[in-house]
Amino acid sequence: MAKIQINGKKVALKQNFSILEVLKKYKLNRKKVAIELNGKIIPQNKYDKKKLKNNDKIEIVQFIGGG
Amino acid sequence: MEANVKRDVFKIDKKIFKSRLIVGTGKYKNLIETAKAIKSSGADMVTVAVRRVNISDKKKPLLMDYVNPKKIIYLPNTAGCFNSSDALRTLRLAREIGGWKMVKLEILGDKKTLYPDMIETLKTTKVLVKEGFKVLVYCTDDPLHAKKLEDLGASAIMPLAAPIGSGLGIHNKLNISLIIKQSKVPVIIDAGIGTASDATIAMEMGCDGVLINSAIALAKKPIQMAEAFKYAVIAGRKSFLSGRMKKNNFASASSPEKDLIS
Repeated sequence: MAKIQINGKKVALKQNFSILEVLKKYKLNRKKVAIELNGKIIPQNKYDKKKLKNNDKIEIVQFIGGG
Repeated sequence: MEANVKRDVFKIDKKIFKSRLIVGTGKYKNLIETAKAIKSSGADMVTVAVRRVNISDKKKPLLMDYVNPKKIIYLPNTAGCFNSSDALRTLRLAREIGGWKMVKLEILGDKKTLYPDMIETLKTTKVLVKEGFKVLVYCTDDPLHAKKLEDLGASAIMPLAAPIGSGLGIHNKLNISLIIKQSKVPVIIDAGIGTASDATIAMEMGCDGVLINSAIALAKKPIQMAEAFKYAVIAGRKSFLSGRMKKNNFASASSPEKDLIS
């Protein structure tokens, strides 16, 4: 298992889990979010190639109501 | 005059907008009300915020499911950012979601007044413009700062009428009119408008547009108020283009004074 942080929450995932698999796990539409891995933005077309390792930090953001 | 009104185009950067009203999507009771209010406002662009996805609630409704970004232009903002690096991070992420280049920069300096921090704002505008963003900048009503933003390449100047969410209306008409006079890019009043007539006043002064959130979302009937703003902005713009009459200190009868009976 790999211990990673998603949006500040500690989560344990299988080794070699990709970002695309994280999105599937949380039922998130890849076209409606943006992702940062350890402070770097990951382009949408690299979600399947990017594998997660221990202590990685992911931020997944979306648009919400605002002024 | 009709012909003039028809040719009146609202353009930010190279993009033409049908409506001079931009609305926010915050503070509504729910997303259904948000969507209905946007529709009745007639706005073709809405501001949106960038926030973390709630990973523990998979069924939470999404703004994008109610307000279709293919039909309404999203203008991502940096609300809640108090420094340049947070604002840059937010807008770079926003661009990644959908490729938007037009953004609203808003860097706050004080939690109580939500007054813009112009030093951070100027610095960040420069970086964003260099990265190819079209930046609409929330700013103070200081004409000097407004000019500096324009010189840095801001796509629109968005001075506050009064503090965000205060609903106090335009407090410094002189400064706003100085900004309107000097600016070659659109001037859009952002923040502080309280009711429809405030928007009309802004438009009559010659503002190119207004951005409204709280005044619609916090009205007793937001959907109806959104429509009121739609017409208030149109009325103000037409009035500005029509050129108001001169003010006189004494009366001038509207009906002919000749040929009275008696």
